[in-house]
Amino acid sequence: MLKRYWRLTLASALLVSGAVQAQGVAANGQQIVMQGDGSGAPCLACHGMDGAGNNLASFPRLAGLDAEYIAKQIRDYNSGKRVSVVMQPNVDNLTEQQILDVAAYYASQPVPKVEAATADAEVMALGEKIAKRGDWNNYIPACESCHGPDNQGMGVSFPGIAGQHANYIKQQLNAWRSGERHNDPNQLMTGVAERLSEQQLEAVAAYLGAQQAVAAEGGQ
Amino acid sequence: MNRKHLMLAVAAAMMSQSVLAADAKVPVNLPEYKEGQYVHQAPTIDDLMADESVNPELRKVILKGYDMFMNTQQFRGEYVFNDMNCKTCHMGEGRMNWSGPVWPAVTTLPDYRGKNKHVNSLEERIAGCFAYSMNGTPPAYGSDDMLAMVAYHQWVAKGAPVYEKKLGGRGFSHLGKTIPEDISYEKGQAVYEANCAICHGNDGAGQKKDGKVVFPPLWGDGAYNWGAGMTRIFTAASFIQNNMPLSKPGSLSDADAWNVAWYVNSQERPQDPRYTGDAKETREKFIDFHKHSRYGTEVNGAVLGQHDNTGDKPFLKPDSLKPRTFE
Repeated sequence: MLKRYWRLTLASALLVSGAVQAQGVAANGQQIVMQGDGSGAPCLACHGMDGAGNNLASFPRLAGLDAEYIAKQIRDYNSGKRVSVVMQPNVDNLTEQQILDVAAYYASQPVPKVEAATADAEVMALGEKIAKRGDWNNYIPACESCHGPDNQGMGVSFPGIAGQHANYIKQQLNAWRSGERHNDPNQLMTGVAERLSEQQLEAVAAYLGAQQAVAAEGGQ
Repeated sequence: MNRKHLMLAVAAAMMSQSVLAADAKVPVNLPEYKEGQYVHQAPTIDDLMADESVNPELRKVILKGYDMFMNTQQFRGEYVFNDMNCKTCHMGEGRMNWSGPVWPAVTTLPDYRGKNKHVNSLEERIAGCFAYSMNGTPPAYGSDDMLAMVAYHQWVAKGAPVYEKKLGGRGFSHLGKTIPEDISYEKGQAVYEANCAICHGNDGAGQKKDGKVVFPPLWGDGAYNWGAGMTRIFTAASFIQNNMPLSKPGSLSDADAWNVAWYVNSQERPQDPRYTGDAKETREKFIDFHKHSRYGTEVNGAVLGQHDNTGDKPFLKPDSLKPRTFE
């Protein structure tokens, strides 16, 4: 039922916009962020009105992420490609247009100022090495090679991870390792996550978490 | 195989066992080393920094070479006229077996090369990459830049035996050189769209951000030219199977690797610097090389390489490409 409704929405969106892709409206997204999808917690309860998220609780920063990346994650929660007992019930009533609107809203929020690094210099140095050079002896390419220069994100498929909360990065890397998260295109993240040592995983999360994020194209 | 080589081979086998952890969701599947091969463990930049026996001035020059190798685009418009870096093909800092490690050039040259039919030095070999794969012109022989490149190459060769030719993981040819008879453009396109297009784009142009190349082009003006080793189907097939998609070595079947190499190398790219003005004629003139490529043959109604396009490079042939006679 839900699926059929989506298809209709998608089809009508395509009809209306023709060759142009459906666009999210940030102002409409703001309403959804405050009110939620009608049956769950509103987005702002965890991600904040400003999309800053929360490091201690592992709630990811959404401000300044690529809108299409955010939208895909919401769609993946709803289709079961990405599994989260917290997220799924909070977004399962959103229409495709509402998904685009929420994504547009958070993508357009200014990125918050980075929190000061708490890890020691040695950990940060190891994290920087993984982020910028990788560990080729163990077939771990540099994060940058897909997530773009300074890990600020690359297109719609590779999100900015510089300035993402360290605890969230750790949680997600562990989720890829265990197989709990598996919505990476072509399993491009899975192998990398499972080859990282515990020490490398901690270090790269700490390093990335301490970098100032820059908004994706179209954001601020 | 002497004892030292054997030990290295055993150590390497043990390491690849741990990488190939049985329960890995995305295992690293690389070919087996052959009996009697020397298996090199190339040192890293961290090893260089920790090695107190290296003169600080030498360390500085090796690091300069490393920086040139990893970010060759800093010489865009000078030595490089496409979107390639050395590391684009020689993945893993030019150190890794099965990823076109560069240290064998140090330990086996000077030697005769079939490509230009004379004895080549290490500098000349590096110059070849600039002329073809980078669609450019090399740093001058003997220049500071060339010496820095050579110094980095020599660092990663540390400990490898000179003149040894049985080298595990050298070059890109583990699938052999014979193109399978049932190879297909259409099958290659399907493999490409499912596995490669997310990064390299449906148009093969790669992706840049803020002017920086993130995913390199595979064809078109920003890609390797028609004289590059990668235009050979077998080279591309072996490279792809052991290195692509990034982080998934060995995930494509032999057939998929061959088909997608065929598809990528059926697309147009900048002219071969050895061009005579006629692609079919150029193919025949360098047939030992081009029998492995589709250059100068008709593909989808046009002869590949029959054009005057040199990409962003304002000349056809760099001065470095010249015969030697030793007379």
